[in-house]
Amino acid sequence: MNGYLHLWLIPLLPFVGFLINGILGNRLPKWLVSTVALLAPLAAFVAVLDAYASLYPLVPPVCVPGNCANAWHYISLPYVETCPMPWIRIGALHIDFSFVFDQLSLVMLLVVTGVGFLIHVYSVGYMNDDEGYARYFSYLNLFLFFMTVLVLAGNALVMFVGWEGVGLASYLLIGFYFQKKSAADAGKKAFIVNRIGDFGFLIAMFLLVANFGTLTFTEIATKLGQDPGWTGGVVTMITLCLMLGAAGKSAQLPLYIWLPDAMEGPTPVSALIHAATMVTAGVYMVARTHVLFDHSPFALGVVAIVGAATAIFAATIALVQNDIKRVLAYSTISQLGYMFLGCGVAAYSAAIFHLVTHAFFKALLFLAAGSVIHGLGGEQDLRKMGGLWKKLPITFAVTTVGVLAIAGIPPFAGLFSKDAILYAAFLQGPNGKLLWFVGVVTALLTSFYMFRLWYLAFWGKPRSEDVHAHESPWSMRGPLLILALLSISGGWIGIERSAGWVNMERFSGFLAPVFGARGATEGNAQLELTLSAVAVGVALLGWLAAYLFYREKSTVATRLAGALPGGYKLLANKYFVDEFYGATVVKPLLGFSKYILGWVVDVGIVGGAAWLLGGIALLTGAILQRWQSGNLRSYAAWLAAGAAAVLLFLLVPWTMVLAALPAIHPGVAGH
Amino acid sequence: MSSFLAQEVPLSWYLLLSAALFSLGVVGFLIKRNLITVFMSIELMLNGVNLSFVTFAHQWHAVKGQIFVFFVMMVAAAEAAVGLAIIIAVFRARATLAVDRIDLMKL
Repeated sequence: MNGYLHLWLIPLLPFVGFLINGILGNRLPKWLVSTVALLAPLAAFVAVLDAYASLYPLVPPVCVPGNCANAWHYISLPYVETCPMPWIRIGALHIDFSFVFDQLSLVMLLVVTGVGFLIHVYSVGYMNDDEGYARYFSYLNLFLFFMTVLVLAGNALVMFVGWEGVGLASYLLIGFYFQKKSAADAGKKAFIVNRIGDFGFLIAMFLLVANFGTLTFTEIATKLGQDPGWTGGVVTMITLCLMLGAAGKSAQLPLYIWLPDAMEGPTPVSALIHAATMVTAGVYMVARTHVLFDHSPFALGVVAIVGAATAIFAATIALVQNDIKRVLAYSTISQLGYMFLGCGVAAYSAAIFHLVTHAFFKALLFLAAGSVIHGLGGEQDLRKMGGLWKKLPITFAVTTVGVLAIAGIPPFAGLFSKDAILYAAFLQGPNGKLLWFVGVVTALLTSFYMFRLWYLAFWGKPRSEDVHAHESPWSMRGPLLILALLSISGGWIGIERSAGWVNMERFSGFLAPVFGARGATEGNAQLELTLSAVAVGVALLGWLAAYLFYREKSTVATRLAGALPGGYKLLANKYFVDEFYGATVVKPLLGFSKYILGWVVDVGIVGGAAWLLGGIALLTGAILQRWQSGNLRSYAAWLAAGAAAVLLFLLVPWTMVLAALPAIHPGVAGH
Repeated sequence: MSSFLAQEVPLSWYLLLSAALFSLGVVGFLIKRNLITVFMSIELMLNGVNLSFVTFAHQWHAVKGQIFVFFVMMVAAAEAAVGLAIIIAVFRARATLAVDRIDLMKL
């Protein structure tokens, strides 16, 4: 059974691409670099599709007892593929390098390799003039390698390998323009903030080993299922630590600060890593370890609150940002908050659904923003754009699709997944209603800031003279159009007609084997429809507000900012969180490093020990130096004295002398 | 008279002479300032040792002692050649043969 799906090919193909472009890239012609770089994710995507297809064999399995002909066609999920070589064997702890393939990893793999491939294609056009062309694509392939490892991981340690790997790729790509100090700093910031999250992940793994004796997800689920006593306590601790890791990777409160700075990287990187795939790894991890979270209502509550708080917090900041990529970055943080909100109300399938649709429309929005930036020769300031719809018609069209999708206007993708989350939250009792309300307000803000971006960039008169904006090459427009199609229709995969009513259960039905069938929901189609109507209503309200604020010659926005200078300043400066962390964490840490570690420990203790050793050597040397008088005859005299001493020692019969000593002792002699 | 001549010189006399020669060499090495005298003192020590070698060889009728003496004499000859060359070179460079003033290696 092992090895039939050849899952190991999926990560390996991008890795081969990374090796070729990383080692030889600078010497290869550009077309060959592009070919290798595009083939790697395409082949991985095909491998995923192949694995998907093999779930539905053309020849139905014929299995009579004792004779299983064709049985190899049939693959039952979850399907585990383990490296035959043992990886870690410490006492009773066995950890293998294993991949697991089930509905959850399948969905995630399709998104990662599919969207990943589209963004690779886009990058060919976007990075065309860049010096680090081969370096860029080798990093991108490296990212896909680690991301697929993360997704396929059958135990927490393999997942951690991928987890750290995507962090590395993210660091390398944020700091891609490393000559620029801000880019290099942003890369370091992302890496260090992620370390805090990884600390949580590590602690969670230690606790898992200590309490469960295994890191394999399926075994943990089995052990939890065997003993109903596993609730709260240690499980809460483990899940909270996991949540810390997820908050670091997925840019949730309080560790979100690295994501806006990560926009220093090339725009396709922002689309792939910092919108569509890597930042959703935290959501995926929570979904993957959902059995643990299911046993700890407290941790689930924390996840839901963190998600909802992040969603509305980031959305308010996005209202006043002027950098087109930063608006999208805060929007990403906000949408990730939605996903955690979904996880927190145990609607994992809704969270994964939103992950998928978000990957489509946020990748689309980022790539469209990249197209705008590319067309304007590097301009990212919304205040200097305007009137672009005439000059960049295709970019304008796809951005419109993306904006409508994220705002939640039917029938675009965002509505379905967002509503699935909000509906699940609404059913969670009174606290759930509060979460739902926060979600709806966030939806209003989302709609507002996205249409603000839309109006500022594409409508009105051009606010900058120098622009001779031009549409992007086809390698960039193609992925945009495909992603636009997906952003329109991506939500429809959730629709199912059953029991005479159209409902949204198809996607969660597909994932049900992983997450378990949820108990019959107390809600009904009527309620769901009403809530959807509310969501669409606030989305339209946000659109209307944005129209009033930012259509041509409107002064509402500036007047409002003038009327509430404190509030505007607070938002424009992102609640001063970076400054707050700088004063409370970074500065004390730097001070501690400089004065305690640097001066006391390094100079004082370590340096002091070195000086002490050197001083001892110098002192002994100064004493022994006296022997080296330089006087030849004194050396000879010492030599002769030594020889005389040896002779004396050898020739004198010491035993006899010592025996005779008492005899000449005056006291003894008296007897 | 003939009986006196036929009588062997006792072993201890040879050894005493050998020790006296060696001690003279040591003392000369220690108290003399002139490099050449020091050098001659070394030769004196070597010959003192040679005498005891020959004495024991004769006493025990063993040829090894004689062979050792040849080795010592050869080494002494080589040493004399090298040592005198060094002494001449030192004299040319420093215009002195006083060992107390040849102390460049001192810190």
